[in-house]
Amino acid sequence: MSSVSNPRRDAGAPLLEIKNLQVGFQTQNGTVQAVRGASLSLRAGETLAIVGESGSGKSTTAHAIINLLPGSGRITGGEILFEGRDLAKLSQKEMEDVRGKLIGFVPQDPMSNLNPVWSIGFQVEEAIKANGIATGKREIKKHAIEVLKEAGLGDADKRLRQFPHQFSGGMRQRVLIGMGLSSRPKLLIADEPTSALDVTVQRTILDNLDKLTREIGTALLFITHDLGLAAERAEHLVVMYKGQVVESGPSREILQNPLHPYTQRLVAAAPSLASRRIQSSSHSLGDLDYSAPRSVEGLDLIAAAEHRAELQAEAPQREDSIVVENLTKVYKIRGAKGDFKAVDDVSFAIERGTTTALVGESGSGKSTVAKMLLRLEDATDGKILINGTDTAPLRGKELLALRRRMQPVFQDPYGSLDPLRNIGNTIGEPLVTHNIGDRTSRRERVLELLEQVSLPATLSTRYPNELSGGQRQRVAIARALALKPDIVILDEAVSALDVLVQAQILQLLSDLQGELGLTYLFITHDLAVVRVIADNVCVMQRGRIVEKASTDEVFDRPQMEYTKELLNAIPGAGIALGV
Amino acid sequence: MAGYILRRLLQAIPVFIGTTFLIYFMVFALPGDPIIALFGDKTPNPAVVAQLRAQYHLDQPFVVQYLIYMGGIFRGDFGISFSGQPVTEILARTFPVTLRLAVIALLIETIAGILVGMVAGLRKGKLFDGTTLAISLILISLPVFVIAFVAQFVFGVQLGWARTTVGEGAPTIDLILPAIVLASISFAQIVRLTRSSVIETSSLDFVRTAYSKGLGRGRIIPVHILRNSLIPVVTYLATDFGVLLVGATVTEGIFNVPGVGNTLYQAIIRGEGPTVVSFVTVMVLIYLLVNLAVDLLYGLLDPRIRYVK
Repeated sequence: MSSVSNPRRDAGAPLLEIKNLQVGFQTQNGTVQAVRGASLSLRAGETLAIVGESGSGKSTTAHAIINLLPGSGRITGGEILFEGRDLAKLSQKEMEDVRGKLIGFVPQDPMSNLNPVWSIGFQVEEAIKANGIATGKREIKKHAIEVLKEAGLGDADKRLRQFPHQFSGGMRQRVLIGMGLSSRPKLLIADEPTSALDVTVQRTILDNLDKLTREIGTALLFITHDLGLAAERAEHLVVMYKGQVVESGPSREILQNPLHPYTQRLVAAAPSLASRRIQSSSHSLGDLDYSAPRSVEGLDLIAAAEHRAELQAEAPQREDSIVVENLTKVYKIRGAKGDFKAVDDVSFAIERGTTTALVGESGSGKSTVAKMLLRLEDATDGKILINGTDTAPLRGKELLALRRRMQPVFQDPYGSLDPLRNIGNTIGEPLVTHNIGDRTSRRERVLELLEQVSLPATLSTRYPNELSGGQRQRVAIARALALKPDIVILDEAVSALDVLVQAQILQLLSDLQGELGLTYLFITHDLAVVRVIADNVCVMQRGRIVEKASTDEVFDRPQMEYTKELLNAIPGAGIALGV
Repeated sequence: MAGYILRRLLQAIPVFIGTTFLIYFMVFALPGDPIIALFGDKTPNPAVVAQLRAQYHLDQPFVVQYLIYMGGIFRGDFGISFSGQPVTEILARTFPVTLRLAVIALLIETIAGILVGMVAGLRKGKLFDGTTLAISLILISLPVFVIAFVAQFVFGVQLGWARTTVGEGAPTIDLILPAIVLASISFAQIVRLTRSSVIETSSLDFVRTAYSKGLGRGRIIPVHILRNSLIPVVTYLATDFGVLLVGATVTEGIFNVPGVGNTLYQAIIRGEGPTVVSFVTVMVLIYLLVNLAVDLLYGLLDPRIRYVK
């Protein structure tokens, strides 16, 4: 949108101007600078997105504005001018009048940002009362209902007395947005407001946020790690890296012509952008004549996807590695009358050496399928054949043999490693369990695995807490590969990672598949990732597979409404990209 | 809710039977003959011994003894102590004293402990916090009898603020000093528990969100921090109330409080099955009820906890 089409914009002083901001955290080893001289400015009614990976200082900058830095964080220099006042110099008391009233805040994780012991109504009403928006019990309540209805909670009047745990994540985020906008602030800071939500929910919530801020005339400071999302939602972009602003300007320009190497890497690694780009070229992936700028250090999703497609095209017809027939899982619910069908009559087959993605929103049953495949849960009905063997009757030794050929990698790289075991022991544990080799040969295998996942051998004596999220996920992959399995089940294995790390892991998975002939079942909620890694896609909705086809087909000619919705939810739809 | 309470009460029945059986068995298995021990240094008269044995059913096999005893309980008869008093009478005399002592101690430790713990938690790393931690560590490390003797000497003997012993039929005010002694260790525990709980809650996301809404500390501390921090404290208080009822033996001994701890101790020494089992039975019942009350209290503190029928 051009500046002419927006009548609210005046040419006067900016609403928010950050000049050379410095934020430091006190640690035992002195001060760590999280933000080192960041500057940005935002006019009334505009939208600006700060993009960067975790640790880039984007959230810290946002928190510094409203003086809510966590722990020992302090503003050590620079100015934060809001309507000409330096917020960094205000007292706690003066800041209370700014927060909520002039600057609203929408936090990242809707699950942890509402107090679980108070009702939704109570928490919205106290915000309204604190900012003097309405007085008198009835007025406040009326206003609370109004605010929630605006934010998209149609039945707000009935749900006011309910507690946060009775709301879904999306509904809670609506409550938080309603709360943030309840006093019609001049600026709303939204810190990754939808990164914890399903893609389709993300889309409706952001659309609503767009609409509301536009109607009210609130300026929006949007923080995200997803460049595609940022470009779609904001007029201006600020790219942060290691506490500094490395590039800023109009979104479209940055996306089409990124100047800083870091921005170039971000553009290359964002799955949403990559999938859009693959899609927008009318060629099939194999003939896509694409060359990435060499500065991106081989971190290129499109190149990776292209390479994969070539390999797969060369490979001869192969037999099925996994066959699932009419798989059903029913859970009995205590106290409820009916049972809950988590997985309903699911059938699919995966050829050896290929990747099938199981896509769906949370609660669609995709993880339950994975658990049944791994025999961590028993199926209520149906059959699972691994390399032609029915797995249901396997017990004891036979089950152990099955597990040896089929290994999982889970979502949370923090939760899936034992903090008390060093990395070498963690990777070597499956070898011990299955009684393979002796001490020396196990050690050698561990080092070999570390090399395979591109980690230095010195890591084997380190502990999980010393590793970054991406490194931990590599360790989890190395552990899964220890037994030389044919099948790896990846349950949201890259969902918790930053885009750059995610791109690295996706590339690693792709390389390993080519090298070792692995079969992947790739479970994810993110279709954008699917575009670059999977050969076939099964879309799940409420326990059923609603669409099943090759990746090209699903993206080119989606059959079901639900699939189309998922595809539309990939951010960056309206952005022309220079392929 | 009513269904939940009923189910919990029904669950108490097997617990009740199991504990009484265990206690009865343990007293039975104690070495030494309680009847012979009654005669002290004198040579027991075999006829008297046999008569006493019959009176207390000690000549019967263990299971029969137990069944006779249990049968009595259901008729409201808890048996007779070796001194000839019905156990029910001893219970009626001692329990109110100990209960009063426990309630006063509980009030002191709860109010003071939560208050001090909260302030320490909110001023983490400051002088008040450091001092509190040091004092609480000292209190936890000291054996209760040391605290009791020192308190008795300083406040009772030197300053003369309180009476050194309580004795039969003493007014409630005399129980305050033993109650403070009794509360001191739990006070230290509650301070530490509240402090760490408050520190943890203060760093949670919803507290930051509350600040971002424009609320002041004066509202956020009681409404968003304290209530959420109390759940682990309540758990501790529940078990501690049980401990106060049972474990006051030392304090009751030093201040000569005619309560449960004192009486139970004597009965164990004498191997008086019916008295010991009766006391423990009542304690078990109290424990079960207190635990039920706490579980219901959780529901009030945390709406996520709901009871399935």
